[in-house]
Amino acid sequence: MGEPAFTAPWHAQLFALTVHLSEAGHFSWSDWTQTFGAALKRNGLAKELDGGDDYFAAWLEALEAILHGIADGAKIAALTDQWRQAYLDTTHGEPVRLPGG
Amino acid sequence: MPHDHAHDPDHAHAVLPSEPALRVKALETLLTEKGLVDPAALDEIIDSYQDKIGPKNGAKVIARAWTDPAFKAALLADGTAAVSEMGFYGRQGEHVTVVENTPEVHNMVVCTLCSCYPWPLLGIPPAWYKSDAYRARAVREPRAVLAEFGVTLLPTQKVRVWDSTAEMRYLVLPMRPEGTEGMSAAELAPLVSRDAMVGTGIARGPKP
Repeated sequence: MGEPAFTAPWHAQLFALTVHLSEAGHFSWSDWTQTFGAALKRNGLAKELDGGDDYFAAWLEALEAILHGIADGAKIAALTDQWRQAYLDTTHGEPVRLPGG
Repeated sequence: MPHDHAHDPDHAHAVLPSEPALRVKALETLLTEKGLVDPAALDEIIDSYQDKIGPKNGAKVIARAWTDPAFKAALLADGTAAVSEMGFYGRQGEHVTVVENTPEVHNMVVCTLCSCYPWPLLGIPPAWYKSDAYRARAVREPRAVLAEFGVTLLPTQKVRVWDSTAEMRYLVLPMRPEGTEGMSAAELAPLVSRDAMVGTGIARGPKP
């Protein structure tokens, strides 16, 4: 009791993104569990996953896999770079935005 | 004067999130630009699971089953219908089966594939439920896992392990603790822990 539902904001964001996209009909939840289960298995080969960051890293990998054809990996990588740069360029305390965003 | 950005407020930038956190932001940006994601809908989903939906819901169901024999019969016959009637339905609550602990059988729930879980009743699963260790060992050596959770079974009790899927989720109906005769459902609900409803705990009586 009293434990937070999500231990990091990005876990929550990733969870919500997945639920939202499934409800919008981009993939069924059953397909999601298969894809996610496979990602957990792959990631669990090298080390035992503890259900925290590593679990959500597998989740992210699965979401990108199931969105193959909708969200291009190269575009995601480019936007990741832009977000990183935006954080580095933003003074602490100011809202972080993408240039032109 | 030493060159020290860390203490120069003009140079302090926003705290850089982790790589996966940045990648999730990137994914959200891309999908929002494509018109596939509504950021307000994401906030709504997060709020629900952070603040509104959690094991208190399941505890109300269990406490009612302990005090209302007709409801208990309905719950065991058709879990989905009985919990829906109490307002607990929606995502990942479409197919709920309730399994009853007795002096003969102790039930515990796992998802060996990923982490299927009855969200409307229990909220988001804890990290241990999602860990490789629990997912593998719950099936292989349930008694050892239960011992680690501090659960000692009666010598007469067998263990049944239920493997959740996207199609079927399970809720354990724990045994009503001794010393709770005459208590109302509202008084009983706080005695029902999340772990008791997953089967990695038992419901404990009120502290004397």
